[in-house]
Amino acid sequence: MKLKIAAKNIPLLATISVFVLLFAGSSFFLKGFFSLQVFINLFSENAFLGIAALGMTFVILSGGIDLSVGALIGFSSILLSRLIMDIGIHPVIAFAIVLLSGVILGTGMGCLIHFFNQPPFLITLAGMFLARGLGFVIKMEAMPVRHEFYKQINALSLPLGHTAFIPFTAFIFVILAVITWYISLYAKFGRNIYAMGGSEQSALLMGLPVRRTKIGVYAFSGFCASLAGIVYSLYTFSGNPTAGTTLELDAIAAVVIGGTPLIGGIGSPIGTVVGVLILGVIQTSIMFQGSLSSWWTKIVIGILLLAFILLQNLFQRKL
Amino acid sequence: MPLLAMKNITKTFPGVMALDGVNFDLCSGEAHSLVGENGAGKSTLIKVLTGVYRQDEGEILLEDKRIQPLSPFESQRMGVSTVYQEINLVPELSVEENLFLGRQPMKLGRIDWKKIRRMAEKALSRLNLQIDPSMPLSSFSIATQQMIAIARSLDISARVLILDEPTSSLDHHEVERLFSIIRKLKSEGLGVIFISHFLDQIFEVSDRLTILRNGQLIETCEVSRISRLELVAKMTGKSIEDLKTAQPYSGKKGTNIGKREILKAERLGRKKDIAPFDLQLHEGEILGFAGLLGSGRTQAAELLFGLKQPDTGKIKREGVEVSIRSPQKAVQYGIGFLPEDRKTQGIFPDLSVRENIILAFQSKKGWWKPLSRKKQELITKNFIETLQIKTADMEKPVGQLSGGNQQKVILARWLASQPEIIILDEPTRGIDVGAKAEIESLIHNLCSEGLSIILISGELEEVERNSHRIMVFRDKVIVSELEGENLNLPNIMKLIAEGEANPRETIQA
Amino acid sequence: MKPFRRKIRIPEQLIWPIAALFILLIFNFLFTENFFHIEIRNGKLFGSLIDILDRASPLMLVALGMTLVIATGGIDLSVGAVMAITGTIIAGLLAMPDFSILSWFNLPASFSLALCIALATGIIFGACNGILVSFFNIQAIVATLILMVAGRGIAQLLSNGQIITVQNDTFSFWGNGYFLGFPFTVFIVIIGFAVCWILIRKTALGLFVEASGSNPVASHYSGINIRMVKFMIYGFSGFCAGLAGILVAADIKAADANNAGLYLELDAILATVLGGTALKGGRCFLAGSLIGAVLIQSVTTTILTRGVPVEYTLVVKALVIVMICLLQSAEFRRMIINRFRKTGK
Repeated sequence: MKLKIAAKNIPLLATISVFVLLFAGSSFFLKGFFSLQVFINLFSENAFLGIAALGMTFVILSGGIDLSVGALIGFSSILLSRLIMDIGIHPVIAFAIVLLSGVILGTGMGCLIHFFNQPPFLITLAGMFLARGLGFVIKMEAMPVRHEFYKQINALSLPLGHTAFIPFTAFIFVILAVITWYISLYAKFGRNIYAMGGSEQSALLMGLPVRRTKIGVYAFSGFCASLAGIVYSLYTFSGNPTAGTTLELDAIAAVVIGGTPLIGGIGSPIGTVVGVLILGVIQTSIMFQGSLSSWWTKIVIGILLLAFILLQNLFQRKL
Repeated sequence: MPLLAMKNITKTFPGVMALDGVNFDLCSGEAHSLVGENGAGKSTLIKVLTGVYRQDEGEILLEDKRIQPLSPFESQRMGVSTVYQEINLVPELSVEENLFLGRQPMKLGRIDWKKIRRMAEKALSRLNLQIDPSMPLSSFSIATQQMIAIARSLDISARVLILDEPTSSLDHHEVERLFSIIRKLKSEGLGVIFISHFLDQIFEVSDRLTILRNGQLIETCEVSRISRLELVAKMTGKSIEDLKTAQPYSGKKGTNIGKREILKAERLGRKKDIAPFDLQLHEGEILGFAGLLGSGRTQAAELLFGLKQPDTGKIKREGVEVSIRSPQKAVQYGIGFLPEDRKTQGIFPDLSVRENIILAFQSKKGWWKPLSRKKQELITKNFIETLQIKTADMEKPVGQLSGGNQQKVILARWLASQPEIIILDEPTRGIDVGAKAEIESLIHNLCSEGLSIILISGELEEVERNSHRIMVFRDKVIVSELEGENLNLPNIMKLIAEGEANPRETIQA
Repeated sequence: MKPFRRKIRIPEQLIWPIAALFILLIFNFLFTENFFHIEIRNGKLFGSLIDILDRASPLMLVALGMTLVIATGGIDLSVGAVMAITGTIIAGLLAMPDFSILSWFNLPASFSLALCIALATGIIFGACNGILVSFFNIQAIVATLILMVAGRGIAQLLSNGQIITVQNDTFSFWGNGYFLGFPFTVFIVIIGFAVCWILIRKTALGLFVEASGSNPVASHYSGINIRMVKFMIYGFSGFCAGLAGILVAADIKAADANNAGLYLELDAILATVLGGTALKGGRCFLAGSLIGAVLIQSVTTTILTRGVPVEYTLVVKALVIVMICLLQSAEFRRMIINRFRKTGK
């Protein structure tokens, strides 16, 4: 019985063990790496990637893909700067507007994909161009945000003893992770995503609400991406229309490394969180190491991606 | 009062009368078989019942209430569930989840997984299935998955259960298990509609049967009142008298068969597909494969063409042992294969008539030795003329041609590849009578030029009329070989219908 | 009537992009001053139209490879990254800067040698994609994603993250030179197209590509070696991307591993789809893809010369994609027809 459950979770276990190995290896070789704060910073520094990747997880689970998340982060962050600084709206209202715009874009893409039976790749590509273009239309270059509210929020952090603290960005990431995990396991919407990704034909014949689920998945991803934009803005005190360039790739990589293959139907948001942490460990340890350059991050991620895809391929064949 | 009654159902598609005033009824506690060859209207009738199609005329009564389901899901809610050959469940998810997808019990706004487990165990035990409901569906055999699909249907309060070819990929023991479940459900008062190509199974499990042919109701009768021979005769549209008077051996068959053994199979077989068989094919010979659908006739051909790998046996080409591991290899060895399903396996709808015709020859030559455009056009023109393919010009996409002409294009493709052997799987399926006759006479011309042909057809007359020698398939076994005086329709029918000396066990071996 | 006379006709798939290009040109003819003005200076042609061709050339090259990949039913996301790699390699081999690990190889700074090495690298990377897709049966979008992620890192590794500037006459001629009055890049595209055309129309590869995209099952039944076909096509796509990367580097006389070919894969896919090749595979339209590439560049140039802020380019592109998707969607057509009938009655 125990063995059986393990077989089902092999991809997730592989992901977790890769993370543990990477973290242990880095701790062993790099001085000062092994600390609670470094671990916590993996969450806070990758918060906006992680948040976008959680939205992406649902899209990929449903059998689709969303290329627009990176551009939506840029769009959301610059829109926030304009709304708060030039128009003078209170950040909370600005957040609501930004989240709403993300949901609208996601819903729009979902509708085009569902009603006109179009490939998600092309439609979300258009979404990416649109979001990026509108970001530039709002403002061509980066723009700082100075607001008391931002300072107050950034001051919110939970101290852990004397040596470490949890920044609020990590909170948002973790809370969203818990919510997506809950949806994926305990809400009908979540289970319908799995069913649709596994076999859309079967989902239709079983009478599952395929239309609502499909559109909902893209709307949720749009929500997450704009939330990621808000976190970016809070974290950097600025908005930038070029923020999140190629972030959609990192998000997809995190999802795939996290044990959710692009064919859909298998995987979990938990895996995605670990996937994001793996990307974070690679980046942090390369930074810590000092002599290695940042491009090694991309190369190592690529190699990991290859390894995981080959592993998943092997695993699928056995099934 | 019958549980279900379909009255005077008529359904037409452009150019085809798929159902012509068919009546069908099903009683509670009854297993009712629906039989007929391809195109008889079985699946159309089921699709009308389950809301995939809407009938042009007629009505459906379920427990004396008129129903008109608009989708399979709606018909399921009304109490009519279907279990297909391909399982319509989600393979990646657990058994318990598959049972309750879309209707999960909720508790405090969340899915109550504990309750699902309890209910799943109850639903599975109703079918005596002892499996771990937390395992993913894909970890079970097709047979078990089918039972799980049945369990799901039953749990959504099914009163009518349709089993659409449930047994075609099951082995003997799995079939037995399925049948014991059907009997149990009957005793609980369900009505079961059973569709199968295996006569044995129909006789074993059903109480009544309805025969359809060409969209028309031929007969509904109790199983005990009809003999196998009668059934086969009615399915294929022959009168029993026709069968009893054997036509004398015409003698003109096979006058120019060479002695040269061009293809030979020794104990060739593949588990669950076809029991090990021997086969010899001579130069200029037409060898017929006769049998009902699912009898293994196509599977045998697939082994010969490298589409599937045999578990046992070997193939000899002109006395030399060869390994045909892929269609590419088969093409190199001079074998052609006209597949059964024209749409998915045969035509390239976007490509032109010319491209469709030269394709196999070109792949035999390899990509670096292209045929010149002139040569391509010469070949195409030649075949358009000799096969009388009706097309405005040779650059027309094949998808725009009629079915018969598409079939001729695929035939031309194989002839253009200059094969020595050609396997024709249902060459006249779904094409009109005139085109049928043309293709048949073409087959004879080809073999008189020395081509060896394996002819597969569910239309027994067609095989009988055209073959020099016939191998008869029943339940995935080649049961006999007929030639000379013995080669006649009554003999073929008898062999197909015979069920007593059932050698099915040989498959398991 | 002559028996084998071939009719030259324009496939209906090409009508849309040609019409769109035509409308755009007419618009510019009427409203943009000097758009059609072509000047001859020192025997070289100058003008917006020439400029469009020059600037569209890398995209046209990439689109050629992408068209064939898409025709087999696949996709190649890695072309932008491959461009960055080959650009870095040729620039690195010519300039041999100390910071680049390419200077470890003690090679003479010969242009033709560097060109061959760079192109070979492109082909090898493309072939790696091909191996993953055809022999490991990995979805094309996943297989090429790996190189899309890692490739730019490899380019940065080779250039040590710095921009490599090159002083080489042949090299800068490739990017900025003129030949017979036209920019040399145009001739590179012509050569690329010719190679492609010979590969596709003078061997049977094109037939096999279209067959395996049109109906993979039937291709298998007809004895086509689909794996080999796909492997070669991905290799060819790598070659096209490699050549495009060299042109981009030659244009600015420098290799920028960070930005060379960034998001060009998306433009190439767009150009292919605009040119009439369906994303699900089948019939391919090489000329259509070239027109699609020119169309994309024309939109950009039009926006620039009309004084519309350049940031609108992306918005316009987004709208164009949605429009093309809708036009190709059977559901959308049906909807329009129904609406039309209703109002007609």
